[in-house]
Amino acid sequence: MLKLEPRAEPSRAMAYASPLLAVVLTLVSGFLLFSLLGKDPVQAFTVFFLKPVSNAYGIGELCLKATPLTLCALGLALGYRANVWNIGAEGQLTIGAIVGGGVALWLHDFNNAWVLLPLMLVGGALGGMAWAAIPAILRNRFHTNEILVSLMLVYVAKLLLSWLVHGPWRDPQGYNFPQSPMFHDAAMLPLLAEGIRTNIAFVIALVLAAVSWVFAEKTFAGFRFKVAGLAPAAASYAGFSEKRNVWLALMIGGGAAGLAGIAEVAGPIGQLQPSISPGYGFAAIIVAFVGRLHPIGVVLAALLMSLLYIGGETAQIQMALPAAVTGVFQGMLLFYLLAADLFINFRLRWKPKPHAATTPLTVVAKEPA
Amino acid sequence: MNDRVSMPRLQLRGITKSYPAVVANDRVDLEVRPGEIHAVLGENGAGKSTLMKIIYGVTRPDAGEVLWEGRPVQIASPAEARRLGIGMVFQHFALFETLTVAENISLALDDRIKPAKLAPRIREVSEDYGLPIDPDRLVHSMSVGERQRVEIVRCLLQSPKLLIMDEPTSVLTPQAVMKLFETLRRLAAEGCSILYISHKLDEIQLLCDNATVLRGGRVTGAARPKQETAESLAKMMIGSDLPECHLDAREPGAPMLRIDRLTLKTLDPFGVTLRDVGLTVHAGEIVGIAGVSGNGQKELLAALSGESPAGKPETIMLGELPAGHLDPARRRDLGMGFVPEERLGRGAVPALSLAENALLTGSNRGMVQHGLIRHKVVRGFARDVITQFKVKARNEQAAASSLSGGNLQKFIVGRETMLDPKIIVVAQPTWGVDVGASMLIRQSLIDLRDRGVAVLVISEELDELFMICDRLAVIAEGRLSPAVPTSETSIEKIGAWMGGQFKDTKGLAHA
Repeated sequence: MLKLEPRAEPSRAMAYASPLLAVVLTLVSGFLLFSLLGKDPVQAFTVFFLKPVSNAYGIGELCLKATPLTLCALGLALGYRANVWNIGAEGQLTIGAIVGGGVALWLHDFNNAWVLLPLMLVGGALGGMAWAAIPAILRNRFHTNEILVSLMLVYVAKLLLSWLVHGPWRDPQGYNFPQSPMFHDAAMLPLLAEGIRTNIAFVIALVLAAVSWVFAEKTFAGFRFKVAGLAPAAASYAGFSEKRNVWLALMIGGGAAGLAGIAEVAGPIGQLQPSISPGYGFAAIIVAFVGRLHPIGVVLAALLMSLLYIGGETAQIQMALPAAVTGVFQGMLLFYLLAADLFINFRLRWKPKPHAATTPLTVVAKEPA
Repeated sequence: MNDRVSMPRLQLRGITKSYPAVVANDRVDLEVRPGEIHAVLGENGAGKSTLMKIIYGVTRPDAGEVLWEGRPVQIASPAEARRLGIGMVFQHFALFETLTVAENISLALDDRIKPAKLAPRIREVSEDYGLPIDPDRLVHSMSVGERQRVEIVRCLLQSPKLLIMDEPTSVLTPQAVMKLFETLRRLAAEGCSILYISHKLDEIQLLCDNATVLRGGRVTGAARPKQETAESLAKMMIGSDLPECHLDAREPGAPMLRIDRLTLKTLDPFGVTLRDVGLTVHAGEIVGIAGVSGNGQKELLAALSGESPAGKPETIMLGELPAGHLDPARRRDLGMGFVPEERLGRGAVPALSLAENALLTGSNRGMVQHGLIRHKVVRGFARDVITQFKVKARNEQAAASSLSGGNLQKFIVGRETMLDPKIIVVAQPTWGVDVGASMLIRQSLIDLRDRGVAVLVISEELDELFMICDRLAVIAEGRLSPAVPTSETSIEKIGAWMGGQFKDTKGLAHA
């Protein structure tokens, strides 16, 4: 029968190669999938992966979509290193958009972008933190599971946004569409260049990637995270407070996700709508793991994931492929990554079944005295 | 009869096994006859375990021959070893706590036999050999000694011709050791061969007919232990004279650590509740706590380190400061140091370097400034520990998991020592550590005491406690005996206390 055996020494090289292997396997499977759907796989691949980035606008879109993914995944990755499993970045992103967007709507007469934008960004980050504080309090106080709590709060956040744009915050001149008024110019994040939609948030995300690297490698708080993740018993022996770690991890994750939220509504969207994210907060979980929980890896993985989003859209439009194709690719990527990771630590062995019933069960024969 | 005796039951010829970094066995020869109790003596890392794994079919040798009753055999798996008639009792038992004895044994047997059918045989065999166990008892309710019986009975059910015992006495009280020896002698008298692995010289002299001594993977001697002295055996085992450590009489100073009526209910269903524990440790003295593991040591340690808060602040006094409510970090700041029982995963993070492991507990010693790690200071400190405590490691960047148990223990003891504690609590200081390193660790504890540090040692090794402690107490079922001066007690008395027979004494002491 087939057996999984732990390897004596897990390969370090494979730990880094496994995301690449997962990408290759995803592409091969995509190839087969397109063939089975009766599409020309080469054309599909061109449309999916090359066409979207064949011009400056396309590359701008790539960076634009990579921004919220990077922001969310950076925060999540830090938490995951400390064994704090925040699954609710999508909800924290939504609340960040609500609070930051609320600031923009509330100060709609205020025209100084130098004051307004920082206010909105801080508001967004605080909103995400506040939402992440709920699982933090509940875990520290009542030992609830932060995975479940943060996940369930995603749906609460989405309903809250939906209620706001259907009700109190609906644009009076909006022909009854469930959306807020458009933000005025001073409340919009400045673009990086003419002709693309990428805004300053992409730069912020890159800076935060560097900051999170410094945090993880150079600060004592980052060291405490690392110890808590690698050996919880050693962390408690050393006197590193688990509660403080949980708080910090969720605040960082929530803050980063909230920032992603406000950057979306003050960027490409420009107003509050019932739906402001095609699941960036969830996709960021995949991004964090594909990026090996490392800041540079996260940025690269976010670009890849962004390509999957854009390619999926292009493929919908040009080849009449279903919208689910993006989700399929995301799923395959995570699946192959987890599978490849498993084989870093284990190997598959064929073992013959042990022969049964050859040892007679007898009590030790006693020799006559 | 003579014929049978002259034919060795097991013969190893030129067994060699290398791992990437070390040669674990280098042309090892070994011969065991029927009914012989044969010791395999050696320090940690001498290659004993590898050799036993080869005999039990867990590992295969690179070269060499295994002869079983005169026939060359290839033992490819433990199941095959068991079919030949080889049984092994491991040092760490693999028993399911929530299952009964019969269920556990049924799971471990190669044949599928229902626990109910097995029960009468378990009872029969265990009573026959003076190891009574109730097959219907749940394992979690059993002491470590009783669990070992389960493992031995499991082997006996398979009618072994050769029984391998891996460091079997490390978990037993002195009285239980004697009981075990009776059983082993009886088995040997019935013709079963026994391979007895240990580094305890006195036990080997008491029990074994022959001994094969291993050092650095090679056979360095064959001896008849009863005709040797402990010194000559030790010399074969470590290649030099046994180092000694000195404990000079010394007046203890002021009380540094006071535990006052500590009662702590355990939350762990298999844990031990501490009841009314009281103890004082003075500056410049070593107090030892003896006891069979699982009698509350873990819980007491957690209460002392602050990992499980002791409730009322006055329950634990550090000097004049109530500390029962403080967390581990605060207690460290007040000058407490700890060497926990589990080295990997608690005392050190396996995946991190020695330098980072120095930072684990040394963060309040100038290693962190404005929240940033001062890597230079950290590495320097780790290097100092490595040199002063003769830790064998590539350098301070070597991962903790790459060190042998003894070396890692030297590093952890060294780290805690060099952080200049006023009080140090050490659990199982030399568990699984070779003789040379043990002496170094013990001497460093004595040095701490002579510098005026209050030292509390929790250990299962009575010899060790008698060697280094000024006073001794015993923990049994969550209660602590009064602490008595080591010079006024004996191994027998402490052994009896380990069974929990000190409650009367305590009554007298109060009266």
